[in-house]
Amino acid sequence: MVIFLTKTHQFPKGGLCSPPRERIEKKRKAALTGGGQLRIAAQHKRGKLTARERLELLLDPDSFVECDMFVEHRCSDFGMEADHNKYPGDSVVTGQGRINGRLVYVFSQDFTVFGGSLSGAHAQKVCKIMDQAMMVGAPVIGLNDSGGARIQEGVESLAGYADIFLRNVMASGVVPQISLIMGPCAGGAVYSPALTDFTFMVKDTSYLFITGPDVVKSVTNEDVTQEELGGAKTHTTVSGVAHRAFENDVDALLNLRDFFNFLPLSNKDPAPVTECHDPRDRPVPGLDTIVPFESTKAYDMLDIVHGVLDEREFFEIMPNYAKNIVVGFARMNGRTVGIVGNQPKVASGCLDINSSVKGARFVRFCDAFNIPIITFVDVPGFLPGTAQEYGGIIRHGAKLLYAFAEATIPKITVITRKAYGGAYDVMSSKHLRGDVNYAWPSAEVAVMGAKGAVQIIFRGKENQAEAEAEYVEKFANPFPAAVRGFVDDIIQPSTTRKRICRDLEVLASKKQTNPWKKHANIPL
Amino acid sequence: RTISTSSCLELIRAGPRGRHVVAAIPPAAPSSNPPVHVKVADEAVCVGPAPTSKSYLNMDAIMNAIKQTGAQAVHPGYGFLSENKEFAKRLAAEGVTFIGPDTHAIQAMGDKIESKLIAKAAKVNTIPGFDGVVKDAKEAVKIAGEIGYPVMIKASAGGGGKGMRIAWNDEETSDMGFFLSGHISDICANGFCWCLQVLADKHGNALWLNERECSIQRRNQKVVEEAPSTFLDPDTRRAMGEQAVSLANAVKYSSAGTVEFLVDSKKNFYFLEMNTRLQVEHPITECITGLDLVQQMIRIAKGYKLQHKQSDIPINGWAVESRVYAEDPYKSFGLPSIGRLSQYQEPLDLPNVRVDSGIQEGSDISIYYDPMISKLVTYGKTREEALKKMEDALDNYVIRGVTHNIPLLREIIVHPRFVSGVISTKFLPEVYPDGFKGHMLTAGERRELLATAAALYVAAQLRSQKFLGDLSRQWELCVELDKSVHMLGVSRSGNNYTVEIDGEKVEVSGEWNLASALLPITINGKHRTLQCLLRTAAGEISLQYLGTSFKLRVLSKLAASLSKHMPEKVPEDTSSILRSPMPGSVVAVSVKPGDNVAEGQEICVIEAMKMQNSMTAAKTAKVKSVHCKAGDTVGEGDLLVELE
Repeated sequence: MVIFLTKTHQFPKGGLCSPPRERIEKKRKAALTGGGQLRIAAQHKRGKLTARERLELLLDPDSFVECDMFVEHRCSDFGMEADHNKYPGDSVVTGQGRINGRLVYVFSQDFTVFGGSLSGAHAQKVCKIMDQAMMVGAPVIGLNDSGGARIQEGVESLAGYADIFLRNVMASGVVPQISLIMGPCAGGAVYSPALTDFTFMVKDTSYLFITGPDVVKSVTNEDVTQEELGGAKTHTTVSGVAHRAFENDVDALLNLRDFFNFLPLSNKDPAPVTECHDPRDRPVPGLDTIVPFESTKAYDMLDIVHGVLDEREFFEIMPNYAKNIVVGFARMNGRTVGIVGNQPKVASGCLDINSSVKGARFVRFCDAFNIPIITFVDVPGFLPGTAQEYGGIIRHGAKLLYAFAEATIPKITVITRKAYGGAYDVMSSKHLRGDVNYAWPSAEVAVMGAKGAVQIIFRGKENQAEAEAEYVEKFANPFPAAVRGFVDDIIQPSTTRKRICRDLEVLASKKQTNPWKKHANIPL
Repeated sequence: RTISTSSCLELIRAGPRGRHVVAAIPPAAPSSNPPVHVKVADEAVCVGPAPTSKSYLNMDAIMNAIKQTGAQAVHPGYGFLSENKEFAKRLAAEGVTFIGPDTHAIQAMGDKIESKLIAKAAKVNTIPGFDGVVKDAKEAVKIAGEIGYPVMIKASAGGGGKGMRIAWNDEETSDMGFFLSGHISDICANGFCWCLQVLADKHGNALWLNERECSIQRRNQKVVEEAPSTFLDPDTRRAMGEQAVSLANAVKYSSAGTVEFLVDSKKNFYFLEMNTRLQVEHPITECITGLDLVQQMIRIAKGYKLQHKQSDIPINGWAVESRVYAEDPYKSFGLPSIGRLSQYQEPLDLPNVRVDSGIQEGSDISIYYDPMISKLVTYGKTREEALKKMEDALDNYVIRGVTHNIPLLREIIVHPRFVSGVISTKFLPEVYPDGFKGHMLTAGERRELLATAAALYVAAQLRSQKFLGDLSRQWELCVELDKSVHMLGVSRSGNNYTVEIDGEKVEVSGEWNLASALLPITINGKHRTLQCLLRTAAGEISLQYLGTSFKLRVLSKLAASLSKHMPEKVPEDTSSILRSPMPGSVVAVSVKPGDNVAEGQEICVIEAMKMQNSMTAAKTAKVKSVHCKAGDTVGEGDLLVELE
């Protein structure tokens, strides 16, 4: 490289750089204040942090590197071209930073600039960091707080959404994508969070809906509040659109940091391993007594899950939706694992439409990102009835079956009690390439419960009770499965943690591939 | 073969002596989930479903169990059938030994009136008062007026604290209409409750094994007991002991028994009642005398003579017992709670600590039995030593999954009044007139707590940063405790954390990690054991410190400063909803939707663990909806009734 040295006296006093530098500083300062102090105060008054405050809290101190701070919107209609309508950086802050030292790409929509609405420039900024994230292999976290499309820009804005959607889809399964909804997110905008791996919400201050209450009223004549239509409670309990809700911005961002620790950076990364103080061979005596003697009596699957995990720490996904299945992230001997468990406490732990879909999506995420899955089985079967059949339980139940079957990550299964019928097959059984399948002494692997089975096998027979006892003796125990090798071992429940930790170590180098295909065809 | 209907303790001790022990269990404890006493026993029989009326209190079931197992003796434990003369009779008819006194003594002492007459005849001091059956509430008020308030009214049959009520005025006396066949006596407003342990064989020999101080009570049930008493001098002790023995002789008592005395501040003592069974708190007597009472009972039942003379009975050192209950001490000094013991660790690694319990990690505390988790007994050469040991034992006791009363126990044993020995039956209401509120932190303790929370937070943050090469060394934290916020500076080297609080430096060190249930730490050179009950990503940390659990929030300086923008959540308006304060069953519902209720009016009655609780309206309003009916089982926090 050749460097040309020029004499400074050839330039006006103060140097040529002076005016642009002032402009740079001015623009930079403007970018940092977003929509200005008044709007920032209004944002605070709503109980919300600004886009930049959120990033500051989410990322390690001084780790944020901003990108496109000087980008401005290009709209020249409706007076938008006026200087006072231009904000450096427009309505989104983008860049990369670190969470506990690990790289992450972020965008944070700025509600103080045009209500965080999406312009062509806004979309372009988001797309830029998403492209980079995929190239370097780092997760993308989006902090959503946007009124929707920038109406002044018309189709440009719509194009922007689609550009983002495309990247969401391309990044899916390549890097983890997380959306945290921290304000409104309506109309087309909702599909970006919907395409990401996890959607979290902030209670009372965030909303997700296709159309707001006014449009709902005019179209269907329904009266509904914003909160009821698309608040955190609705989406974490009724619709299953969001995976968890947090108390407020601070709570949500701190939890997001914690959640991030569980994730690998990309599909090329192994599941992260952290320092573990909980002894890997710790016996869990409480597990020996947790399963009640009567097979109709419920117990809390979370008691088993907590007992087995490192430090009883469990980041549950969708804790309030389809509660008959429990899914979430945890660690075993420091290594991230995905937990799937039937919950006997809710609807006997049966599989229905919602729980199947919830389970399936979680299993697929884990498989995409090399996170081993531990499945705790106590399932009486699929839920019968017209509501389920009409709703397509066959199609939806197949999703969970499909997800477990195609998964090539380490799969460890523990049958704690019931594993009945087709649901037994579905729940990470040996037949679906389960690597290690255990049964507790209380396990019953059978086509169905004793009562139902006896009514079919011994139809019309006088002594049903005797027949039932015979059936129980034959099938309501782990032996039929164990003698066929469908479970690898019958283990003492208190040793479950020790066994799983050991298996995970062995399976860490597991390699398994599915046949080449353009993509598989999961029954959607 | 011996059948035991009690918890595991007696079995543990009877078993190793070569006896074949059978445990009686209800199927609330099925074989896949056996209680500890079943594991200790050689054999177990099921005596019926969970409600005690259908199992341990069901004589037929127990008689069947005896036949089934061919048992030669029954140890009845503390409650249940231990003082039931019918049961003793039926056993006698079958030729089965009842490990306890004979029917005559049970009958005589079981009747409050007869027992007082016998006591009088045996020259035992009895309380001035009316000994007889009261006709109705009016008569009760009249008699009470003659004796002078406060008075104690007792149902003539009923043991322990059951059926015993104190009335302070006419209104309260007449309210006790259901105790009509009762007995009224004067009580010392600030009395002591002392229990004299006696041991008598079938050959007319009897011993007194010193007293137990059992004055610390809530709802007439003992909470902390000790032996010997600080208040009793040798002469009074001897006088009481001799009277107790003469009473035992008068009823031809055999086996272990307890004579309860009420004592006033002038050391006048009065016979209250005799418990014809082993008492829950007997371990403290065993500690100071060296005698194994269960073994003695079995020997006596077999007809052996006592091995000891009165002069052989020593007072060696001091023993304290804390009754660890699954209950919430912040509600009326203890409302029952239920749950599953997710983590459970007894402080048995400490010397001179004895824990008698019937549960283990994973056990369920259900509404069907007494909510007692264990009897925690500590022993020392002096009272001070025994109490210090109790502090350590309580700090090192890990109980998770149910609310427990360790905060209260830990406070009682260090309270200056208790330490000085000024103990009375009104200790709790006098010391905590506004209810128990947990440990009140001194400035120094506050610093210790803050520093520990900060150290924990930093340790957790540092572990998360293990991905990083360079770890932070300095931390500026904001710690919130009881609504006040402290700025802390933390630096760490190795296992040592230096925490700066308001200009003062606190050094926190020790061998602990984030997974351990106990945090044995050294704070400024002082050894403390804390427990971390909760630690969340959002900085919430709950620590059990000096018995009480404290909620803290640790945030980085940045997070704390941004928190000021967070909206305040509006708490649920609780005046118009009535929730169950504890798990239990609904006994009665006195309102229906549309009724108008006045503030304080009874709405429904909840019963749990032998205790009835009247639920009242918090305001005057119309009943909007009723969500329970008599006979329902409700959980803590369940919605009972909504007002408009």
